[in-house]
Amino acid sequence: MSEPKMIATRDSYGRALLELADAGCNDLVVLDSDLSVSTKTCLFRDAYPSRFFECGIAEQNMIGVAAGLSTFGYVPFASSFAMFAAGRAFEQIRNSIGYPHLNVKIGATHGGLSVGEDGASHQCIEDFALMRAIPGMVVICPADDVEARAAVKAAYRYKGPVYMRFCRLPVPVFHDELNYHFEIGKGEQLTDGFDLAVISTGLMTGEVLKAALKLKKQGVAVRVINMPTIKPLDEDLVLRAARDCKKILTVEEHSVIGGLGEAVCSLLSEKLPTTVRRVGVPDQFGHSAPAWQVLADYGLDAEHLLAVMRDMIKAN
Amino acid sequence: MTKAEVLQLKMTATRVRMGIIEATHSAKSGHPGGSLSAADVLTYLYFKVMNVDTENPQDPTRDRFVLSKGHAAPCLYSVLAERGFFPVRDLTTLRQDGSYLEGHPNMNTVPGVDMSTGSLGQGVSAACGMALAARLQGANINVFTLLGDGELNEGQCWEAFMLASHYKLDNLCIMVDVNNLQIDGATNTVMSTEPLDQKMDAFGFNTIICNGNSMTELEQAFILFDRAHGSGKPTCFLLHTTKGKGVSFMENAVDWHGKGPNDEQYEKAMAELRQEYDVLEKEAQR
Repeated sequence: MSEPKMIATRDSYGRALLELADAGCNDLVVLDSDLSVSTKTCLFRDAYPSRFFECGIAEQNMIGVAAGLSTFGYVPFASSFAMFAAGRAFEQIRNSIGYPHLNVKIGATHGGLSVGEDGASHQCIEDFALMRAIPGMVVICPADDVEARAAVKAAYRYKGPVYMRFCRLPVPVFHDELNYHFEIGKGEQLTDGFDLAVISTGLMTGEVLKAALKLKKQGVAVRVINMPTIKPLDEDLVLRAARDCKKILTVEEHSVIGGLGEAVCSLLSEKLPTTVRRVGVPDQFGHSAPAWQVLADYGLDAEHLLAVMRDMIKAN
Repeated sequence: MTKAEVLQLKMTATRVRMGIIEATHSAKSGHPGGSLSAADVLTYLYFKVMNVDTENPQDPTRDRFVLSKGHAAPCLYSVLAERGFFPVRDLTTLRQDGSYLEGHPNMNTVPGVDMSTGSLGQGVSAACGMALAARLQGANINVFTLLGDGELNEGQCWEAFMLASHYKLDNLCIMVDVNNLQIDGATNTVMSTEPLDQKMDAFGFNTIICNGNSMTELEQAFILFDRAHGSGKPTCFLLHTTKGKGVSFMENAVDWHGKGPNDEQYEKAMAELRQEYDVLEKEAQR
């Protein structure tokens, strides 16, 4: 088997916008806040300059401008780093997009710890929590290039507000584009197993897969579930995993507060109480270091995840 | 404008003020002060300037208005009702359980409301987006927004002003209701924003200062906005107004920013407005 391609999902975001526009989506407009080279909206900007709106380093205003554009029937994708979109402009997203339920998409790149060297000020580990709490907001975090581009296109077709988190770190492309179908609100079971179910989102799914593959070689079958839509959560898939496997591990590049892990716990505590362990960033900030090192420092790499998985399986 | 037209507008504005008092009295809350100061400009806007269709409130070719100072919802609702978007009698359901008249404007429930607002500084950004969209469509659509002078404390306003100027949005008219009061006191004691005219000039606006409670001065201001089309400059009206205008005990009283009148105050306010209306009516019949 050849080595998988390594692509950052921020590149997928930029490419998908261009692909949509090239396919004739004339109502698509893109906004950025002086980060178009980093968020990769520069690809759209250069090809469709009249439908690209540079808003300068003013994310709060950008969100409102996107809201205004959407009231004319345009489908705006407002882009920035996760920290400044979900973080700085939270209340603008809540009141100018969420409350009127406007058809605005927020493309937030550089999410999670994997921004690496930029350090804690730029490592947004709270965006799922913030965005999940807004009524009617869809929250998506794709795992690889194929999923990311499909998610952007699904978000474009969906009528209503969508928050999408993309990452800067190149990660392996494990989906086969020809056979892949993305649907908002649906997770996907990547491997079958009954000893443990691992539910992960974003870049973590690749790491979980690596760990699960090692366990498989040792004869342990772990059910790996990729959950690109954090809200609305694919409840059926989670409940089935809880029934079949009895134990669940959630993994996310996000605070353990308010993210995928808590979404899974909320569901299970009400409908099917199950042992859940959450791996994420504990109640603390990140720090500067190369991306994979920061992830490892918080146990968010295949090696650490393998240890947690073994530990959970052993505890029968 | 003929004298008769001015009188008609003044009578309409007085009815709008009665609606504001009816609504905030009935709700036992709301914001009469900043609603009353804005009654003249919104009356002029909806009765003389804006291209809107009460039968088709979502007409895509209509002009747009965003009440960035969303707490003046009683004024916007009263104007929309007078204009015929919904029955005037519904104003007394303001802020009540089950009413479509939310405390702050909701574009999804109130016919004629173009943007949901309430959190200060946000409406003006949406108005900028609408003006950009109108241009992108190549449509002859004007976008108006009304801000409070206290609202200018919000940094987001100035982000929006930068963008309006950068994109040369000469189809955008930003109106500031300069009534000189905000919740904690006089605007110049809470947070100085003057000299506003120089600031707006420096931000690249076609700045017009006028008495925002005078129909004839408003007429001149809107003529100047019309003339600014093609100039590449967005327009800013600095509307000097009286907070609480039209109700003696509410005028220039910071206390009347955010509370509804009780029964006694309601009777007094309505009596004053009725008297004003009768005078205008007699003059109009002359």
